[in-house]
Amino acid sequence: MTDISQPDAFRLTKELARERRQAQINKRFAAETRFKYLGLGAVALAVAFLGLLLSTVVFQGLPAFAYHYVKMPIAFGGIKAGTDPKTVDYDTLYKDAVKEVLPFASGRKDRRVARGLFSAGSVILLQRQANETPELLGTEGDVYIPVSDFTDLYLKELVAKNDVSRPSVSLTISKADSGYILTAPAGTFGRAISDVRQAIGDRAEAQFRELSSLRKNLAEQARIAGSSSAEAVVQKAKEATEALSSQVERKQAGYDALIARQTASEINEKMDAILPSLLVHAAGGTFKATMLSSGKVEAVALVPPSAEGFTGAGVAAGDWTLRTIKVAESNRKFSDKEVAMIEKLRSEDRIERRWNSIFFGYGASREPEMAGVWGAVVGSFFTMLVTLAIAFPLGVSSAIYLEEFAPKNRITQLIEVNINNLAAVPSIVFGLLGLAVFLNWFSMPRSAPLVGGAVLALMTLPTIIIASRAALKAVPPSIREAALGVGASRIQAVFHHVLPLAMPGILTGTIIGMAQALGETAPLLMIGMVAFIVDVPGSFTDPATVLPVQIFMWADFPEPLFQQKTAAAILILLGFLVIMNAIAVLLRKRFERRW
Amino acid sequence: MNLMSGVEQEAAVNQAIEPSIKMRGEKVSVFYGDKQALFDVDLDIPECQVMALIGPSGCGKSTFLRCLNRMNDTIDICRVSGNIQLDNEDIYAPHVDVVELRARVGMVFQKPNPFPKSIFENVAYGPRIHGLTKDRTDLEEVVTTSLQRAGLFEEVKDRLDEPGTGLSGGQQQRLCIARAIAVSPEVILMDEPCSALDPIATAIVEELIAELRENYTIVIVTHSMQQAARVSQKTAMFHLGNLVEVDETDTMFTNPKSQKTQDYITGRYG
Amino acid sequence: MMNEHTVTAYDDELKLLFRKVSEMGGLAERITQQSVQALSNGDVSLAQAVIVEDAVLDRLQNEVDENAILTIAKRQPMAMDLREIVAAIRISGDLERVGDLGKNIAKRVIAVSDLFQPKSLMRGLEHLAELGTLQLKDVLDAYSSRDAERAQMVWHRDEEVDQLHTAMFRELLTYMMEDPRNITLCTHLLFCAKNIERIGDHATNIAETIHYVVTGEMFGENRPKGDRASEIALELDGEQAG
Repeated sequence: MTDISQPDAFRLTKELARERRQAQINKRFAAETRFKYLGLGAVALAVAFLGLLLSTVVFQGLPAFAYHYVKMPIAFGGIKAGTDPKTVDYDTLYKDAVKEVLPFASGRKDRRVARGLFSAGSVILLQRQANETPELLGTEGDVYIPVSDFTDLYLKELVAKNDVSRPSVSLTISKADSGYILTAPAGTFGRAISDVRQAIGDRAEAQFRELSSLRKNLAEQARIAGSSSAEAVVQKAKEATEALSSQVERKQAGYDALIARQTASEINEKMDAILPSLLVHAAGGTFKATMLSSGKVEAVALVPPSAEGFTGAGVAAGDWTLRTIKVAESNRKFSDKEVAMIEKLRSEDRIERRWNSIFFGYGASREPEMAGVWGAVVGSFFTMLVTLAIAFPLGVSSAIYLEEFAPKNRITQLIEVNINNLAAVPSIVFGLLGLAVFLNWFSMPRSAPLVGGAVLALMTLPTIIIASRAALKAVPPSIREAALGVGASRIQAVFHHVLPLAMPGILTGTIIGMAQALGETAPLLMIGMVAFIVDVPGSFTDPATVLPVQIFMWADFPEPLFQQKTAAAILILLGFLVIMNAIAVLLRKRFERRW
Repeated sequence: MNLMSGVEQEAAVNQAIEPSIKMRGEKVSVFYGDKQALFDVDLDIPECQVMALIGPSGCGKSTFLRCLNRMNDTIDICRVSGNIQLDNEDIYAPHVDVVELRARVGMVFQKPNPFPKSIFENVAYGPRIHGLTKDRTDLEEVVTTSLQRAGLFEEVKDRLDEPGTGLSGGQQQRLCIARAIAVSPEVILMDEPCSALDPIATAIVEELIAELRENYTIVIVTHSMQQAARVSQKTAMFHLGNLVEVDETDTMFTNPKSQKTQDYITGRYG
Repeated sequence: MMNEHTVTAYDDELKLLFRKVSEMGGLAERITQQSVQALSNGDVSLAQAVIVEDAVLDRLQNEVDENAILTIAKRQPMAMDLREIVAAIRISGDLERVGDLGKNIAKRVIAVSDLFQPKSLMRGLEHLAELGTLQLKDVLDAYSSRDAERAQMVWHRDEEVDQLHTAMFRELLTYMMEDPRNITLCTHLLFCAKNIERIGDHATNIAETIHYVVTGEMFGENRPKGDRASEIALELDGEQAG
């Protein structure tokens, strides 16, 4: 008997099935759409991060590819041709040249400032140039000397933004007892005045913030004094209140004064080191404002005006320029005097922006402008050569043995698992291994590409073995059978057919492994490749450093130019990696076969 | 000829009536690890005939075929016992070189598997590694004859340096046959040579097998009973690793002795 | 039959074929019986019914042929199945001939209906017809049970039919010699006897086919020849001469 009282017994009718299927389809569709957008979002995020990273590095690094040089009239012409370059007194030659280009820097202090404009390695550079091309001696001509790092930064406008204008009014210069007085129609120095007012306003604002926090403190102390019943507490609070209120008074006075200065209708401001600078280039000299009012400026000459330029008469409109630097002199690493001197040189066309050959041709240096990446590039090259020479034959042959010939038993399984694990070992461990085995046991030279390459080879080996085995495994067994079927031995089958087919995959794996090794730092630190090495290495046993380690070291230096060079070196490293990966892709495309 | 002894003459007469045995398997058993795949198979393969091995999947026919040129050696866990003879010589004897054996007993596989090299190189590879030819002219001669015998020469003579993988499936399979006969084998093993081909390519290959029979002993594994019926003179039926029945193909497909064969060839298996 | 095919439709096709052949067998058997019955009773209407029935048999034979060809094309039968189908074609051909022979007898019933029919003659013919029908019935039973032995029995018994036919022949000749008025009737009866003998031959054919189906081998033995009718004229000549 069927139970009629249960009419709800489940029965999957066609309609019901269709309905439920539709519901399921909608659910699936929603899930798939969600998944699609999630994936898209993840990719977008990754691209955004990559873009951020790349753009930062590129913006930071690109300026380092160019550098500013000064055309220096080094008096090589005064030396007899054929003189031994070692006997020449380059220091004097250099000092004389500095004197010649900046004759007004006569005082000791000025001379020091003047020499600081140029690279500290200038003398060494001169010496090196003369050594490389002795023909220089005895011939007249200018020599390009790199500027100092901050000069370069200034010239790349990375120190402070200069606001340069060429007013269309005439300027009268008159000599006063302690300097010069420059007069121009009212409003000419408006830009400088508004900068100064803004600077005062900024300071007033800072004062106000301090003031209000003091006031808050004061109110708190007053509340404690009023509400507490403990005698000692009240006493202490009262003392604090007194001290605070006198502080507040002082601050208030200072603040009021600042506000008064900022809002005064007739400005008459003494230009100290914490206010923006106003420089006037006129009559062949540079004047720095010491007292600023709307139509009149009291100034000192940073670069004295030339005799023919300064006649006491007015300077015509368009013949003089106004330079305001918003950042106060005390807040930057490049003084107004240095600005004046460099601008003088620039006006004489002595400054030139050129390809940074020092960066690409020299080894490391403590002087930021003398530091180059070439030593690291050569070191990397030697290291990679050693790595390739060790890891490729070893890796490929072990892959072939394991994949094609080794019996499948517990021992080979163990080896296989260990190789896979080896790929996951932190690279620093390989460094420790290198330190213990290659340096301490085999007594190989410290910091040498030979040892670095050997350590990196150990690290790369598992990658190459795994990639090669995968490539060998990907060769269809039918090819092996075909070869065996016509009577090839197993070794013939492998070397005539399987290996050539697997080669693109093996090479790709090798290149990826090498790229990994090229970017590796940690293990090399352990074997001393982090040392400061000035010379470009000439052989596998010379002390050397490699690109990533160089980057690591430079990143530690505080000088801004080193920061730029760090980014530039990263760009170079990235360039190499991109090239290697491109080769890998090319190989795959070129030799990929269908079967 | 006239020096022939009486016994030899008798043998010659017998040969005319009953073809001599080219290969002989006695009590052949094959183990994959612990699993036995073939149980005491006794099978004689007559010379210059086509022998077809049929049976459902996993019945051991391919396993037996691969024993005949020791292709099973390449599988680590595979073990062969019993006795397989080629011209009354044990091919599993220790002094026998596998390479030489495989040169005498060639093989054509289920899927056409030309090397990803030129057509010429595909055929020339075998003669080259066995040192069969002394110079380039000889080699070209061998390649040409092999391709001709495989019925492929006319189709590819203008593009011998093009990759063998660019040919059609049927042509590829004939290239593989040409490659197999280029080393002058005595026996050709074919493991389902037409299973990946269309009916026309299949017909061409079958025609080729019929022609090759004059010079070679052929053993063919096939899933198509019709094909076995068409190309072979003798048929052996395998089931679950046992040899169920061997007979003339004509008898086998009209009036098999064994119920298992009957069931299999009439489609009652399973 | 054996265990089922993996493809059930194949089994269905074979069964259909077998059923049709069996149906034909039943029909042929009835045609034979009824035609002889019509002859002995002089039943013209029954004879006419037989003639109509033969057309059904012809149609069935066509169907069997078509089905068999279709099955061959679709299934590429092997071994047992192949033999079954070939047998169906052959047996249906034989049965169709049997039907034709029965129809021929029925036609002669109409021709001889108004002639005097001596009882003794008719009894001999009936006896022959009984044996012929038995042969046909037996062989069809053997077919449905795939019984090679029974088929072989039928095959051996054909000799009896032949001998009986020879006897009939001799008897009819005697009648004709006795009274030339009997010639018309006897000639017709002669043909009827011959037809029955032919039916027996077809039964033998079927028996051979059954043997082939079951054993897979062609029936090797020579057919037993009990029919001496073709030699009788000489004997008579000899008697006259003697």
